[in-house]
Order: sequence, then structure tokens, then C-alpha cells
Amino acid sequence: MALEQKPPDLEIGPPITGLEGSDDEPIIAITEPLWRIRLRLLWRSFKKNWGLFAENRIGLVGLFVIAIFAVMAIAHPILMATAWGGDNREIYDPVIGYDAVVKEFTVVEEVTDPLSEIELIDARFTNINAQVGDVIEQPQQPASPSSRHLLGTDPLGRDVLSQLMFSTRAAFFLGMVAALVTVFIATTVGSIAAFFRGFVDAFLMRVADLILLMPLIPILIVIGGFWTIELWQLGVIIGILNGFGGVAIVLRSQALAVSVKPFVDAARVAGGSRWHLIFRHVIPNVLPLSFLYMMFGVTEAISLEAILSFFGLLNVEMSWGLMISIAQAEGYLLRGLDVWWLLFPAGLAVTFLAAAFFLVGRAMDEVVNPRLRKR
Amino acid sequence: MTEARVEVKDLEKRYPVQKSVFRSAKDFIHAVDGINFRIDPGESLGLVGESGCGKTTTGRMLVKLLEVTGGEVLLQDSGEVIDISHITDKDDLKRFRSDVQMIFQDPFESMNPRRTVYDTIAEPLTVQRIGTVPDREAKVAELLNLVGLTPAESFMFRFPHELSGGQRQRVAIARALIVDPTFVVADEPTSMLDVSIRISVMDLMLKLADRLNVSYLYITHDLAVARYMCDRIAVMYLGKIVELADTEDLLGHPMHPYTRALLSAVPVPDPSYQRPPVEIKGGISKSINPEPRCRFYDRCPIAREDICGVQDHPPLEEKAPNHWVACYLVDKQPA
Repeated sequence: MALEQKPPDLEIGPPITGLEGSDDEPIIAITEPLWRIRLRLLWRSFKKNWGLFAENRIGLVGLFVIAIFAVMAIAHPILMATAWGGDNREIYDPVIGYDAVVKEFTVVEEVTDPLSEIELIDARFTNINAQVGDVIEQPQQPASPSSRHLLGTDPLGRDVLSQLMFSTRAAFFLGMVAALVTVFIATTVGSIAAFFRGFVDAFLMRVADLILLMPLIPILIVIGGFWTIELWQLGVIIGILNGFGGVAIVLRSQALAVSVKPFVDAARVAGGSRWHLIFRHVIPNVLPLSFLYMMFGVTEAISLEAILSFFGLLNVEMSWGLMISIAQAEGYLLRGLDVWWLLFPAGLAVTFLAAAFFLVGRAMDEVVNPRLRKR
Repeated sequence: MTEARVEVKDLEKRYPVQKSVFRSAKDFIHAVDGINFRIDPGESLGLVGESGCGKTTTGRMLVKLLEVTGGEVLLQDSGEVIDISHITDKDDLKRFRSDVQMIFQDPFESMNPRRTVYDTIAEPLTVQRIGTVPDREAKVAELLNLVGLTPAESFMFRFPHELSGGQRQRVAIARALIVDPTFVVADEPTSMLDVSIRISVMDLMLKLADRLNVSYLYITHDLAVARYMCDRIAVMYLGKIVELADTEDLLGHPMHPYTRALLSAVPVPDPSYQRPPVEIKGGISKSINPEPRCRFYDRCPIAREDICGVQDHPPLEEKAPNHWVACYLVDKQPA
């Protein structure tokens, strides 16, 4: 620890003598090391904040939904190693699996029941000799949900449930990368702009305005046109654009309010350098708000991923957006409820996870900002 | 005559009005306009005046929270004299930061809410890399005892919101004293405290000044507080010192009309007391490019147009032993 380096030429002053209470024996007995005391204080403030957070139902609902998705993400590799593993792997693999459910259809002139009848012209794709009245076996992809595929298969014959669970991991990963990069950049940029003011402030805030003006999705489409974006790259790009843009402006105004507080002046009189003031006094008081924006950042990243995957601009093995994209590419997007398992699981997953992070963010808002509390 | 611990010479602070990139400022607010005073070792000087007269600006310049725009501040540092308004050397700055400390007005805002009492008090040691962690712990505990927050170990790791206003101000005093400063600027340290604990904080500061031989610049608008705390009092008006004398001398025989008006406005705890009418008129005049005449001219009850209205602001002159007044007419007034 840097604090414990003791330069040889500086000594602490002699003890002040001749005062009440200063006997010859040491005045205090602090037996615990400093880091353990700090850990305990941290734990105590965490418990207090958790109490405030837990009072809010919407936050708990959000956490619950996130927990469900987390279980899905963790369960997928376990399932791939057990029930979906071994010989079943070819069937259940989310990317290269294939399983066409074979079903019997009666060949008819005019279809009245699409689940058991097939038109002559379609039947002849499978069997050129098919006649009206024959019963032929037809492989189905996409196949509707069955005990074998709980959420059916996609147009390429892959298990939708497996895809859904596999994609959860990517969504969490992307959300975390984007949120962390956003918060790191926005907190630093906002605090530095607020602390130094003047030219630095004006420059950084004009950059922020510029980035805020740029339409994010068209830009990502243009970038995607030049090179295929990896998932983590998308996270970093979203993080940078958000971090230099809107979030930086919000955090800068918070940092501005903090950096004129007398305790910053007090630290300056104590001899603290600029970086000491920024990192020890300004940023710690901005961080709660940063974490709040981190939650909202996750929401945005998950939605953006779905949009970009839908356009096919993201180099990702499997994701919720890609699942919808495939359904669209194969012409199932407008078939509505006939093929609900192609659209609803992925679409609802995006909606629910994004909403869950937003709800957690709202609940954290009340912890951070006492004015929003009900009591 | 002993060496002054702090000597202020023609100290000046001007703020430009409406400066832009293309046009250099023509108008200035003269917040502090050429003031002189000295503070001896162990002495405390009170700086009184109404809001906006520049007393806080003066204090903040003395601790280098504001840049000085003119004049100099000389600090005696173990036999050496350094001009603190023009410190360029890093070592000098470091020595200055441990020689001069400040106690702030608002105990609720002058402590970082996310740091413990230990972090706050030990901060000067931490940032100046003095001592090891156990040393600092012992020193912080010693100071907590000194300012009457006992037992120290029960206060050390509390957060500011767990302390009362008086306790926080004691912590602020401990922080100011941990580097063994020789000079402390106290900016209305008791004005935000309850009357009931004000006196104990003031007693503490007096006691510590006595024992540690600290000099204070005590900024206040409350003459009663100044009387209790200070050996000498300087009265400021619109960036100028108008009267400077020993406390009892100044309060007993005020010479400058402004000081007399200030004193007549002090509340008296007697319901039947008939307050003499306050002599001065009007409000405080503006400090942007002040006219070349006495600053108090517009409000002064004894001003004479042929003297005060045409000559520059009067210089601070010794009208009685150790009693300095800035007024052309004061000799002609009964003291």
C-alpha cells in the first residue's frame, strides 16, 4: 500500500504534552488493522442501503427477473453436459444442432387443417409421385413445441429453448461490458470537466454534445458495414458513445455540485493534489449516481444488441436478436401466432431483461436520491 | 519588537467583470483593496464586517484557496520568511500547507460524507505522506482526546452524519491542528452552531491557541464572539480596513463612524433599553471600480464634501496608541 511508504526526512511532530487526558500510557488501543475496519464499515453501509432498496417492490421484481435469467445462463452449459450432451448434442446444440421432426400429412386438394393436411403441390416437393389421398411423411422445420423441443425448433431445425438459454450469457456479457465502460468513462470525464472547469470543461462538454447529436443506430450500421462487430466490441462502442455523451453530461453536473463543497476546499488546504481531490472527494460522491446510470446502460445495450443482430451486423454465434433475424430471413416474421415460438421467446427475453435492469435502476435511484423516497 | 508571524502588505483581490476571449476586462470588483495587518505569534486577530466586505476573501487568500492579485503575504516559518502569495517551490508549498490551516464555517459541508472521522482528520498527514499508518492512528486519537471527543476509538470510525454539529466542528478543529500549524484561519467557525455549544467550541479554540502557541485570524460578523476570542480587532468595510485596535480599546472607544454604527447595532439584553438611532444611511455601495473617495462617503454621518468627497480613500493612521483609523475627520470628533 502506497500510504505506508514513509519518506525518511519527514517525521510526525512530537506528542503534545501537558494536556488533560494525556497520560504516559498510549491513549488508544486500536487492535484491528485498518482494512478490516473499513471492510466492516462497507458491509454496514451495504446492509443499510439494501434495507432501503428492499423496501421498494419494483426493485425486488427486477432483481427476481434478473435472477431467473442468470439461472438460465448458468443452466445451459450444465444441460449441454448432461441431458443435452453426448449423442443428443447434435440435436440440441444452439448453433450447429439439427433435428427435423417427421410428421405424417394427408395430401388433399385444398387445406382445411394445416396441422395434418398438405396441398398436392407442396407434397410433390417431398415425393414427386404423391397423389391426393396419400399419407406422406414430411420433416418439419420449424417444428411447433413438443416434449422433445419444449419451445419448438427454428427454421433451420435447431432447438429454440437451447438458443434462448445460450443467448442469455451473451446478453449479460454485453450488458456488463457496455455498462462498465460507460460508467468508467463518464465518471472520469464528468468529474474532470467539473473540477477543472474553463477550457477543459468546455472542450469535453462540446465533445459530449457532438456525440449526443450523432444517431447511434445509423452509426453502428455504418461501422458494421466496414467490419463485422464482435460482441465485446459492441459493448465498448456503446460504452464509449454513452460514456462521452449523455451520461457524462449528467455526471458532470453532479460533480459540479460536489466540487464546490467546502470539504473539497478543506482537502485543498490540507495539501491534497488535484488528483487527490478528484479521486478521493469528487468521484466517491458521484459514484452512486454512476451506478444508477450503469443499470440504465445495461438496458440500452441489450436493446441495441437485439437491433443490430436483427440487421445481421453483429458477429455473434447466437443471440436473441439473431433468433428473430433468422425468423425474419426465412419469412416467418409476419406469420404471427402460427409460429409464435420463433418470435415470442426471444422478443420477450429482450423485453424482460432490459426492463428488469431498468426497474433495478429505478429502485437504486431511490436509494441514491433521498428526495424520491416515500417517507 | 518580535517578528510578526503573518504580515499582510497591500493585499488585493480584484475580480474581472465580463471578461471575454476577445476583450480584456475593463471593470473590476475590488473585493479586497490593499489591506495591511500583522499577527504576532500566539495572537488572534478578529476580522469583522458586514456581508460582502471581503473578510472571507481575505481569509481564503491567506490559505491560498484564492490567488492573490496584488500585494504580498509574508509568513514566518522557523526563522525564515516566505511570501506565500508567490510560492513556486514544491517544498515551500508543502511547508506552507503544514504551517497554515483553516477551519471552515459550515461543519455540515466541510467534511466528506463518505469518509470517516479518521480519514478526515488524518487527511493532511496522508496527502503529505507524513508518518506511518499506526503513527497517524495514534496522532488522530491524541487530537480527538485534545478536542474533547472521548473515548477516541469510539469516534474514530464514525461517519460525519453520525455526529452533531458541535462534534463535527471539533473534528474540523482537530483536522486543522494535526499538522501542528503555526497559523490558523478560522472562518466563522461558530456561526452555524447552536448558541449552547458555541461557547464550548470557542473555549476549546482559545485553550488550544494558548497551549500550542497558534495564531488565529478569526473571521466573524459577531462582535461579541470577536470580543471573546480576539486580542485585536480589524473592522473591514468594502475591501478596506477602516479601524484596527486592541479589542477592548476598539469596543470601548470606537473612532470610525462605521465602527460606531456597528457597535450601536449590537443587541442589548435589556427590554427597556432605548436604542439610539443608527447613524448611517443607505445600503452598502457597489465595489465595481469604486470612485476615488472615501469608501464610506455615501453612508457616513460626518462626511464633509470638501474633504471626504474629493480626496482618495483615507490611509490607515495611528490616531491613538495602537489604535489605527482610516478617516480624515476622526481627530475632530470626540473619541
